[in-house]
Amino acid sequence: MSRKLMLPVALVLIGTAFPALAQTADPNLGRNLAAGCANCHGTNGNSLGGAASLAGEPKDGMVQKMKDFRSGKRPATIMHQIAKGYSDAQVDAIAAYFSAQKPAAAGGKS
Amino acid sequence: MDHSAKRRDFIKFLAASGALAGCAAVPETPKKPIGRVIVIGGGYGGATAAKYIRMWSPNIEVFMIDRGTEFVSCPLSNLVLGGSKKIEDLTVSYRGLRDHGVQVIRDEVTGIDLAKKKVKLTRIEDMPFDRVIVSPGVDIMFDQIPGLNNADAQKAILHAWKAGPDTVALRKQLEDMKDGGVYVLSIPKAPYRCPPGPYERACQVASYFKKAKPKSKVLILDANEDIVSKKGLFLKVWNEQYKGIIEYRNNAEVKDVDVKGMAAKLDFDTVRGDVLNILPPMKAGKIAESAGLITANNRWCGVDWLTMESVKAPGVHVLGDATLSAPLMPKSGHMANQHAKVAAAAVTALMNGQQPSREPMMVNTCYSFVNDKEVIHVASVHQYDVAEKTMKVVQGSGGVSAAPTELEGVYGLAWAQNIWNDMLA
Repeated sequence: MSRKLMLPVALVLIGTAFPALAQTADPNLGRNLAAGCANCHGTNGNSLGGAASLAGEPKDGMVQKMKDFRSGKRPATIMHQIAKGYSDAQVDAIAAYFSAQKPAAAGGKS
Repeated sequence: MDHSAKRRDFIKFLAASGALAGCAAVPETPKKPIGRVIVIGGGYGGATAAKYIRMWSPNIEVFMIDRGTEFVSCPLSNLVLGGSKKIEDLTVSYRGLRDHGVQVIRDEVTGIDLAKKKVKLTRIEDMPFDRVIVSPGVDIMFDQIPGLNNADAQKAILHAWKAGPDTVALRKQLEDMKDGGVYVLSIPKAPYRCPPGPYERACQVASYFKKAKPKSKVLILDANEDIVSKKGLFLKVWNEQYKGIIEYRNNAEVKDVDVKGMAAKLDFDTVRGDVLNILPPMKAGKIAESAGLITANNRWCGVDWLTMESVKAPGVHVLGDATLSAPLMPKSGHMANQHAKVAAAAVTALMNGQQPSREPMMVNTCYSFVNDKEVIHVASVHQYDVAEKTMKVVQGSGGVSAAPTELEGVYGLAWAQNIWNDMLA
């Protein structure tokens, strides 16, 4: 095999290897972390009231709210304390998961 | 009898007991499920684990075994003592779990055969499993209070630290007590189930006395050096709302009781009461002990926090109050629900040939009702520490309420509806 051919082959290998690696890292990270919010916000983000329903909400809005809870810009009874427990990357994964969920018609049933 | 014959009998039993009724909406389990998980205990931990495993991996068959026919919540049960809630308000059917394809069995587990991977039951034949989730809650150590170590004494002096008929019976004792009487509440040394629970209970009983029996007193005998949870907030409430009603004594460990004389015995003192409510020390539920899962202080089960798997028994996951708590991690229903989700994620990953997450997070939120309407909370966020292999509170996260408010009272009740839905609907 000539050197000219080796390089594209190597690039193809890298190209396929990396997404696979990213997937085996933690394909369910967003889902798993979001489940930790479901106690108050309902399974898959469908709340019965009190805490906000997050299912199907725009991702960017949720990310911004968490930032504002952390900074104190958005007043809260409890979320300012909980928001400080999560990294930006974690908030991003959680918000991505909730925004992809279907809002329940009524009753918050998952 | 071979396994398939047993299984046929078992299905017949389920059908006869009505456990398979109303299956129309059940997520379909493939003809050949990849494996079976048995969940022992249908409380905050077990019910959540059962639902989430089915939700995340319908190719796994899930059985949940509990002694009871329905779920009764410990959180909010102090409100039954205060009088603003009835036990029915805290009782939820297991029907919703069946809609997720969880097969709910009413029975008592008497043992786990770890070598043969079988659960032993009293009413039906041994059941084989691929993985088992043990969520038994706490066992009350009556042997630590000799006078309480018999059935008659336990009817006269209640702990009511497991919600149900005892909660109602304790409320009745309070109703029957004469005005001017003394209600004695004893708290064991930490760790015990629900750190703020006893202090909330004192508030609830005091709130009832204030309205109905204003000459009566609440006497707290705390084995701990100080108030274990939400100290500043509880002291503020006792001072502002229950002055002259609640009396608090620290370092006051109850060692025994005199049932006839209705008295609690401390090291150098005997305290008489009209209603005694003694919380003996607690340890992991009985099944954890008989299965050999207890690893710490003869009381609690050590777990691998990445999977909630027992440090002693592979394939056995332990949840909730029964675990040896990580630093600053409370034994609460909310936390058991979080344990269950980490376990469900790990179990479904492992059974489907994937790696469990390396980044579990757990949040705790405990709301305490200081009267019918006002609530205070404590919250914390816990992350996995790779070096120490335990869950640790994220620095800067968590905290308590600034003051008791009715707004948090609304959130506290909404919390209950949402978490019950999250585990059971």
